Parts: sequence; structure tokens; C-alpha cells
Amino acid sequence: MQTRKEKYKTVAYYPGCALEGTAQPYNTSTKAIAKELDLELQEIENWNCCGAMEVKNIDPEIQTYLSSRVLSLAKNETKQDVVMAPCNGCYHNLKKAEYDIENKQKSRDVVEKISKKADHPAYEAGEVETIHALDWIKFGYGEEELRAKIKGGLKGLKVANYYGCMYTRPRHIFPEKDQGGDSESTSKPHYMDDLLEIAGAVNVDFAMKTACCGGAHTLSDSDMSTKLVLNILQAAEAAGAEVIATECPTCHSGLEMHQIRALKRLSKQTNVKVIYFTQLLGMAMGLSPRKVGLHENVSDSMKFIREKGIA
Amino acid sequence: MAIHEKSLIRPENIRTHDNLVIDGVDVSGHWSTFIESRVVTDYNEALEEEISALPGGEYIHRCWQCGSCTNSCTVNAVNPDFNPRYWIYLIRMGMEDELLRDKEIIWQCVSCNKCTYSCPRDVAPEGVMKATAHWLELKGHTEPSNSTIFDTEFTRQVVETGKIEDGRILQNFLKNSGQPLVQDWLIQMVKQMLRNLPFKFLFHLGWATLFKPKTKNWDKARAAIEEHIAEEKAEQRVALGLSKQEGS
Ligand code: SF4
Ligand code: SF4
Ligand code: SF4
Ligand code: SF4
Repeated sequence: MQTRKEKYKTVAYYPGCALEGTAQPYNTSTKAIAKELDLELQEIENWNCCGAMEVKNIDPEIQTYLSSRVLSLAKNETKQDVVMAPCNGCYHNLKKAEYDIENKQKSRDVVEKISKKADHPAYEAGEVETIHALDWIKFGYGEEELRAKIKGGLKGLKVANYYGCMYTRPRHIFPEKDQGGDSESTSKPHYMDDLLEIAGAVNVDFAMKTACCGGAHTLSDSDMSTKLVLNILQAAEAAGAEVIATECPTCHSGLEMHQIRALKRLSKQTNVKVIYFTQLLGMAMGLSPRKVGLHENVSDSMKFIREKGIA
Repeated sequence: MAIHEKSLIRPENIRTHDNLVIDGVDVSGHWSTFIESRVVTDYNEALEEEISALPGGEYIHRCWQCGSCTNSCTVNAVNPDFNPRYWIYLIRMGMEDELLRDKEIIWQCVSCNKCTYSCPRDVAPEGVMKATAHWLELKGHTEPSNSTIFDTEFTRQVVETGKIEDGRILQNFLKNSGQPLVQDWLIQMVKQMLRNLPFKFLFHLGWATLFKPKTKNWDKARAAIEEHIAEEKAEQRVALGLSKQEGS
């Protein structure tokens, strides 16, 4: 049997729309880490959007098809059996497509019908494994190996790890989670905590790890999102966090955007910084803040990171 | 989580008589406050079936009213009137009029799936919320919500090009939902984005407008997707007893 370390060494990479748009720093830092750790990312050529939540609301089977096309490309064009997605939305949707294609006749029928008309092989359940950037680093590189890579480290930075909704819910699309041993927990996820602890962070006890930021209505019901985000920011500060570490472009931009909106509309100021976990890891390994795109974040943490002596 | 008590006695059902004598006893005014007895006759017996016919509503029949969904609900914590368990009850009982009282807030479900996570009966209440919001719009009880306007714009772009571009989505959404593009917090955000990289940022914006991100050879997929969506829509309308085409 191939170990996960062997299996994840080279993966098909699915950045998704967000990482090519507003979440470029997540893309930059993910690629910088790959280079530093000698892991190979083969970007899927000519990918399409996974459909996000929006297409699901219009037509769930179309969202399944969109995600299945990405899986089919990973298998048949990139020729990989693992696809890595750093975006929770993409990761969630590929997992959901996998589940639906395996378990629902209608999903299979629609995927087959449209794939045929679109001239590409229909994806079949089990052809590729979808993993998140967290799995990729934790198992593809290894925790002990990562420890040896830390230069300077995070110097006791107090971090609240925020995973959002789509990394763990609904449970049935993540059959590998909650299996004991080193599997991820859906009620108290810890993979990001594990990696950042190795990098020298002090993880605070944070009850809102999987709370929802209202991302689905970030623009269509902004007041609701602002309230939900404010709860998360305030809880992180109350827990003593200086930074909220994120592992999803939508969660990340939601926190950044509504932190500003809470100040403008509700006069509620919060000072906790919002930083991608890949940026934190990269800096802990000695990469410069610019190399991990820290200057491209909306939430300004350049000065803060310097003051902390992290860069 | 506190239990939310809601008065079931609505002001319009309370009757007070100024002059009332019962069995020779004067019970006028304050003493004669009665609750109008209520007989519900206008059940929509097809309601549960109609919701089940829409995507997400398939498993509503499994609900045993435990309340875990409402108890875990993100939106309920902000607005106690947002109550998935109660709406599922009304739908299953066919109490359409009662459901319609909450028609303006049902679309606010943020799809966090906490309900689906905690439901012991695999009802997938998140799906039921979507199906119900969808039903309200198809039946003409509500205008398309901001959420629907957003989903429609997003889906339009994905179906057209295979990809989305966030700047364009934002602009078109604000336009379609009748909101101004110039909002204080948006300006502040753009300012913060411009802080360190004005050139690169403007370049990216311009680039995305000139060369919309696109998946190559997408035309066949696009046609097949459009065809499928049209078929599904027609089927749903028929299941709800509406004409196949909108507006005909
Ligand atoms: S979830 Fe978001 S980032 Fe991922 S492909 Fe879909 S739209 Fe793009
Ligand atoms: S963006 Fe918000 S709503 Fe979406 S998964 Fe992340 S936490 Fe949940
Ligand atoms: S959690 Fe499930 S079974 Fe319980 S009330 Fe909600 S939908 Fe019904
Ligand atoms: S998915 Fe919707 S109904 Fe379910 S808990 Fe979240 S907000 Fe409430």
C-alpha cells in the first residue's frame, strides 16, 4: 500500500475562482509552501468553477456536474489520483459530488448525460481522492518533517483557528472524518491547530471554530453577515487571540470585509488580524511576508508581524 | 440555548366587548376578553408534496419534530422568528396561511448546515429551507429575494463562461438588486486593498474586465447545462400545478 506521504507528494491542484481573484495571497502562499517543501502541484488545466453554493441553489445536479468535470480532468488530463483544493467551497463541492455520484442515481444520470454532450469522460465514483490543503501538508509532508523546517517560527503568537462551515458539514460527505486515530474531527477540527502549533503558535481555546460567518449572504443580507462575523471576531479576541488563522478564501474575505463593515455600520471595532494559515506557516519557515503575499491581504498585518519579530 | 417562548395569541384574535351581560352578570370591558376560537379549514393538502418535489425538500416526510434543527440554527440565534422546525410542521400539516406569515424571512437561511449536522432523521432541513424559499417565489408569494438575485447572476456567469469573476458579480448583483455601487464600507475595503499594491490591483481589475476568465471549449457543456436547467424548471413548475413556462 502506498503511504499518504507518497500519494500526496504530487497532486492535481485545483485553485478555484477565488484564489485567482480576490484571494490571490492564499494562492501565492500555497505555492510558496509547495516550493519550500518540495511538494509538486500540477494545476488542472482548463478547469471550471465547482458551482459553489449559488449554482446548487439554482440546480443541485448542475453543481454536481460542474464539480465532476474538475474531477474528471484531474483523472484523465492531469493523470493524478489525488486532487488538492485549498478553498473550503471547492473542497466541499468535490466531496459532495463524489458522494452524490456514488449514492444517487439521478446525479449519475445527469453527470453522464452532460459529460457525453460536452465530449469528455464522465467521472466515476472513486477515481480520485479529494483533499484539503490541510491534509496535503499534514500527511503529504509530515508533521515531524515540518518541525525540522521551521526557521524562526511564530514566537508564541496567539492564534484562533477558524475552519468555517464547509470543511466539516454536512458530515455524510466526509466519510473519512470522525474515524478516530489521526482522522479529522467534525465537531472540533484540529488539523490547522496541529500545523500552527508545530510552527510555534499558541492556539487559544476557541469555541467558534466551525461557526458560520454568513458567507452565503455576504452581499444579499449583509447585516446578518456582519453580525455573525462580529460574533466570531469578538469571541476570538475574548479568547485572547491576536490572529485568526483561516483556511478558506470565502471565510477569510468574509471576516476581512465584515470587520470593516462592523466598524462602519455598527461602530464596533475589533483589532484581531486575519491571516491565511499558509501565510503563517510560510513565515514560520523563514519566508518573507511579501513572498507569502501578506501585503495583499485587506486586513493590514505587516506592521504587526514585524513588531512580533516574526519577519 | 434558551428556549424561545412565542405567544400564540395574536392581537387580532382577542375580542373585548364593551357591553356584555352573561347569565345576568355584567362582564363588560376588561372582564370580557375572549380569545376568538379558531377553526382552520383552508389546509393545502398538497403542500408537503409540492415542497418535496423541489430540490432539497425530498426528505421532509421523515421529520419527527425534535427541534434539533432550530436549536442549532445560526439564523435562529440572531432572529428567533427564524424557525425551521416550526415551518416543517406547518408544511406537513398543510397550513399554508401560517407559513406565509413568515414568507419574508425564510430565504435568510445561510446554508451553514448545522441543522443537517444535528438532525437525527436525515431530513436535511437546509434543503427544505431552500425548497421552501424557492416554492414561495415560484408560487408568486414573494419577489425574488436578494439571495436568488445573487445566485442567478452567479450561475449565469458560470454557465456562460465556466468561471466567475468576483468584481463583475459584485457590480451586476448591486445593479440587479437596486443597491448603489458606492457604499462606505466597500470604499474602505477598496482603499485597504489599494494600500500596498495600487498598480497590481488596478491591473488585475482591468485585466478581468477585458479578458473575462473563461474555460476553453466550454460551448458544448454550456448548451447541455442550459438544456438541463430548462427541463428541470419545467418539471418543477408542473409539480406545483403551474404552467410549464414562466408567464404563460
Ligand atoms: S467554491 Fe468558490 S472558489 Fe471554489 S470554484 Fe467555486 S466559486 Fe470558485
Ligand atoms: S465562508 Fe462562512 S458561510 Fe461559507 S463556509 Fe466559510 S464560514 Fe461558512
Ligand atoms: S432536526 Fe430533523 S427531525 Fe428534528 S425537527 Fe428538525 S428536521 Fe425534524
Ligand atoms: S442551514 Fe439554514 S436552517 Fe439550517 S441551521 Fe443553518 S441557517 Fe439554520
